[in-house]
Amino acid sequence: MLGLSTREAFGQALVEMGAKYPDLVVLQADGTKSTQTIHFAERYPSRFVNVGIAEQNLMGAAAGIASTGMRALVSTYGVFASMRACEQVRTFIAYPCLNVTIASSHAGVTPGSDGPTHQATEDIGIFRTIPAMTIVMPADEVATKALLDQALAWEGPVYVRLTRGPVPVMYSQEQKFALGKAIQRRDGTDLTIIALGDMLCWAEEAARRLEREGIQARVLDMHTVKPIDKAAVLRAAEETGAIVTVEDHNIINGLGGAVAETVSDGCPVPVKRIGLADTFAESGAYEKLLTKYGMSPEHIVRAAYEVLKMKK
Amino acid sequence: MQRRELIRQLVQKSCELRANILRMIHAAGAGHPGGSLSVADIVTALYFYELHIDPTNPAWPQRDRFILSKGHACPAWYAALAERGFFPKDQLPTLRQLDSMLQGHPDKKKTPGVDMTTGSLGQGLSLAFGMAMASRISGLGFRVYVVLGDGEVQEGQVWEAAMACAKYKLDNLVAFIDRNKMQVDGLTENVMPVEPLAEKWKAFGWEVREIDGHNMEEIVGVLDWARSIEGKPVMVIAHTIKGKGVSFMENVREWHAKAPTDEQLAAALRELGVA
Repeated sequence: MLGLSTREAFGQALVEMGAKYPDLVVLQADGTKSTQTIHFAERYPSRFVNVGIAEQNLMGAAAGIASTGMRALVSTYGVFASMRACEQVRTFIAYPCLNVTIASSHAGVTPGSDGPTHQATEDIGIFRTIPAMTIVMPADEVATKALLDQALAWEGPVYVRLTRGPVPVMYSQEQKFALGKAIQRRDGTDLTIIALGDMLCWAEEAARRLEREGIQARVLDMHTVKPIDKAAVLRAAEETGAIVTVEDHNIINGLGGAVAETVSDGCPVPVKRIGLADTFAESGAYEKLLTKYGMSPEHIVRAAYEVLKMKK
Repeated sequence: MQRRELIRQLVQKSCELRANILRMIHAAGAGHPGGSLSVADIVTALYFYELHIDPTNPAWPQRDRFILSKGHACPAWYAALAERGFFPKDQLPTLRQLDSMLQGHPDKKKTPGVDMTTGSLGQGLSLAFGMAMASRISGLGFRVYVVLGDGEVQEGQVWEAAMACAKYKLDNLVAFIDRNKMQVDGLTENVMPVEPLAEKWKAFGWEVREIDGHNMEEIVGVLDWARSIEGKPVMVIAHTIKGKGVSFMENVREWHAKAPTDEQLAAALRELGVA
């Protein structure tokens, strides 16, 4: 069942968070509709600050607000949060370890026809190298609401990565989420597919196809890329002996990089990374982009066979 | 207290601050004496006249906030904080040393009384904007003071923040520009002209006043005046001299970032009358 986009779910959840956290201030650099903070702005105008098209000032202002003990959430596109305002995030939010949640929309190639200027495909890598940063990406609308709440309650900065288009509903309302704890979606003993955000549905589609061919793939939703759930990754390495990672991001220094680092430190097994192969994408329909750039369920299945061959 | 006596005491304080600035940088073997000395009088007026702060409770939520956007001038800030009792003065010579509470540029997690981390230029006004908004939203009603360098306004983000402060009519925010006319590579007007500075800020919707940044009476006067302004942020362009107070440092570019030798320190302290 196709549900809301995670940015829409975020927009709705943010209104609830406004009631739950009376000290929450939301800051936006124009585009309240595209990032969906418009609902918060209408409900809580006195706690909403629009700084215009000025992402560097956006991050500095959030740092200033958080430094007084209030909770700040900034909202902008992932490309601008991670690159235009990278130093502002690093030096003025992460270094003083302030309670700022950076909610970025339009992750990966999900902006589709807008093209690479609006596709955030390096953001995880950039923020992974910044100390104190926590990086989260929900897979669906249920996860978005739960993980946003946890991000706002978290001590220190959190980057929440959201996507543009509708995604299937993956979770029931009863599902429990904890930052830093992966969720096992399917059990399997032949290999493990570790997925991030909206790619979880494609990873599960690949696992279903593998099952029809007699291969049991474990599937993990690694919604928290940093700090990564080391125990879950190492358990997957020990118990299944092979891993495929799936993310809509450059394969360098994203989820795949984090998993490969963890595995090489603790339990070396073959790891194949599905994602953008260190390239910019282009304008095009989202699903066609996934196919052209090697991120479709077919590609995941192919990678699964490759790691199985490499398995000792 | 008589106004004249107040001014006399503030001038004396700024002299002590200058001496400690030089001692700290000498002990560290590195730092920025030029810009620390040019801003010393403004910092003195803020810490010993203007700011509502409580050294025994640095985290007091209602305290006024100060941001040194030109973070490299932090020896002036540290000297004022120590003099005001935020931490013991015997910490001052540990500037820039391993395990010191006094980092080479201000770190809010390490130094009591430092409300915000700075050092990378062009950022302080955005931080001040956020704090002033927080003051209003929370209803705590504190005031926010920020000091920028003049070379620093070459950063585009300063003008993003300038627009925002005016849009939100932040009359609880007072900014100073330490207009010493010099940056690392030379005169600001040669590297990248910033004039006409007052007109720029006026055009951005600020209430602007120019003062002699070494005349304590004028500094105190402008702080009083700033409290009377409603509906606009206040910009004070303080004309200063880089290296002010030590004749061989004044307007000499190399003192932007250089530690004095033993002899130079002794000569400087003699000149300041504190040796």
